[in-house]
Order: sequence, then structure tokens, then C-alpha cells
Amino acid sequence: MSGHQQHPAHVVQHGHDDHHLQADHGSLKSYVTGFLLAVILTAIPFWLVMGKVFDKSSTTGLVLLGFAAVQIVVHMVYFLHMNTKSEGGWSMLALIFTVMLVVIMLSGSIWVMYHLNHNMMPGMMSESMQEAMPESMHEMDHMQHQMPETHEMNNMHKMP
Amino acid sequence: MSAVPSSLHYVQEHHPEISAVPSSRYYVREHHPENGTLLGFWLYLMSDCLVFACLFATYAVLGRNYAGGPTGAELFDLPLVALNTALLLLSSITYGFAMLEMQRKRLRSTLIWLAVTGVLGACFIGFELYEFAHLIHEGAGPQRSGFLTSFFALVGTHGLHVSFGIIWLVTLMFQLNRHGLTPENSRRLMCLSMFWHFLDVVWIGVFTFVYLMGVLP
Repeated sequence: MSGHQQHPAHVVQHGHDDHHLQADHGSLKSYVTGFLLAVILTAIPFWLVMGKVFDKSSTTGLVLLGFAAVQIVVHMVYFLHMNTKSEGGWSMLALIFTVMLVVIMLSGSIWVMYHLNHNMMPGMMSESMQEAMPESMHEMDHMQHQMPETHEMNNMHKMP
Repeated sequence: MSAVPSSLHYVQEHHPEISAVPSSRYYVREHHPENGTLLGFWLYLMSDCLVFACLFATYAVLGRNYAGGPTGAELFDLPLVALNTALLLLSSITYGFAMLEMQRKRLRSTLIWLAVTGVLGACFIGFELYEFAHLIHEGAGPQRSGFLTSFFALVGTHGLHVSFGIIWLVTLMFQLNRHGLTPENSRRLMCLSMFWHFLDVVWIGVFTFVYLMGVLP
């Protein structure tokens, strides 16, 4: 028989039979605690926004993200029973890996797209780019004279 | 926990003639579950996280591209969002209660709490569909601007997940009725439990990032 895993939040004692799933499960107390925490962590952000508590949007935004992060942890611990022991630690490892990927995807996308937007704005070209530009601009001028009327290109849209 | 598994204790006690019992040094202490389904489903949920991460990233990039159209502050009905948040959170705890009843092997109570969860989920979807219909009616459909496209993609995908969860829940209720709290059904209920709580986690991201931050100037 397997060793009994420690359940800190356990109120109801029960035996592990052969068919028992190797998953941690909660108790009434842990579910209610998690629920109440989540309610508080939801009510405060809504109040902060609807009551326009902070002057600066950036402050509000950061505080909101903080509350969201805490509430996600509350959900993970109290509802999903996330701990370092379930599935021999593989659950936690998979979660950490996923969180890493999500952080990279979110921060990377925001960073890259913000800079892309910024650098593509007309009139925002730096000096080094202006030196490089004239040569290619000349080429483009030549190309435009050689290209057929651009109106024909518009008809391409109608092609299936 | 003893260093030597109890099965070896049995051998050592009842069959002392067997001296070939290896020492605890060579024994793996971790217990491998007989069935890998729960970990497998968790891994699927992690991949689903990545899908939502893409949608969140898209919304992060396009969320202020109004294309001269309506903004979040003009469109979002925060009291309705608060109601939907409450419904989903409640449904999470009612599913928790269903799981507690399942562990106590009480079929009828399990079914009742599952039904309550399903109804709460259906109300959530109902309100969300009403919100979407209203937005489209106001001309703020997904084709209006980048902001709205990414909004509908993200919130719509979440809603689709909840809808599939409800279908799965109803299916399991029929199965429970038919076969009772078998190990297979219990395992499936645990998978749905993970799925359902995960959807609430994603909703935390949605209501924070999309709705609450969306109305900020």
C-alpha cells in the first residue's frame, strides 16, 4: 500500500483503497476559505475601478494585476489543490514551465509590438536610417516608373 | 513514512527465509499512480493555458486599437461582468462540493451539486451571449476594430470552453445515473473538476485584463 500523503487542510479522515486516485483533494473548510478569499480578491478590484479610487490608470492597472496574480494562486491552492507532491512533483513542474512560457509570450509580444509600432511611425526615423534610406528610395522611384498602373493591382482583391 | 515499503515488510516478516530482499537504498520511494490520466489531463490544461496566452497577448497588443470606434469604457457593463464573475466563482465552489460528495460516495448529493454547477454555468453563458448580442447590435461586433476582434476572440474562446464543459458535465451526470460512482466516472469527474477550476482561473485574467483594465483611460 502506498504511504499516506500529508493533507494539511484535511478535516475529514478517510482511508485510501486500491482504486483511490492519486490526487490531493480538499475539505469543506478549504473550499469555503478559498471561496471567501476569492470573493474579497474580486470585490476589491471591482471597487477600485468602479469607484475610481486611484488617480493614475497605471497605478490602478498594476494593483489590479497584483490582485489577479494573488487570486490565481488562491484558486490553484484551494480549488486545484496545487502542491509540490501531486503526481510526484510533475504537476508543479508542468505548471512552472507553462507559467514561464506564458510570461515570455505575453511580455515578449507586448515588448516587440510596442517597439514595432513605435519604430514604424512616420517621421520617427533615426539618423542612421536616413542615411541608408536615400539609396533604397532611389530604387523604389525607378521601380514605380517601371511598374504598371497600380489600379490593376487593386483588381487582385476580387480574385478568389 | 518507512524507508522500506510495507509490501517488503510483509515479505520480511512472513517469509524470513527469503534473504534476497534488497535494502531500502535501491528502492524508489515515490509512488507511481496506477493510472496516468490525471497528470495527462493536467498537461492538456497546461497546453490550453498556452492557447489562452496567445489570445491574451493578442488582446494586449490590439486592445487599444479602436479604429475610431467604441472603446472599452463606452461598451463594458461592469455590473454585468461582476455578476458573471460571481456566477462562475460560485460554480467553482459548488463543483468542489460535488467532489466532496463524490468522495463520500453519495451519488444523489453529487448529482445535485453537479446540477447546480451546470445551471450556474449556463447562466454565465446566457449573460455572456446577451452581452455579445448587444455589442453586435450596437455595431461593436468583432469586425469593427482590432480591439473588438481580439475581445471577441478571447472572451468567446473562454465562453466556448465553458460551453463544452457544461456539455461534458451533463454527459457525466447521465453516466453517473447509469453506472454510478465507478472508478472511471470518478476519474472523469476529477478531470472535469480540473477543467472547471481552470476556466475560473482564466476568467480571473479576463475580467482583470480585459474588462477592468479596459475601462481605464
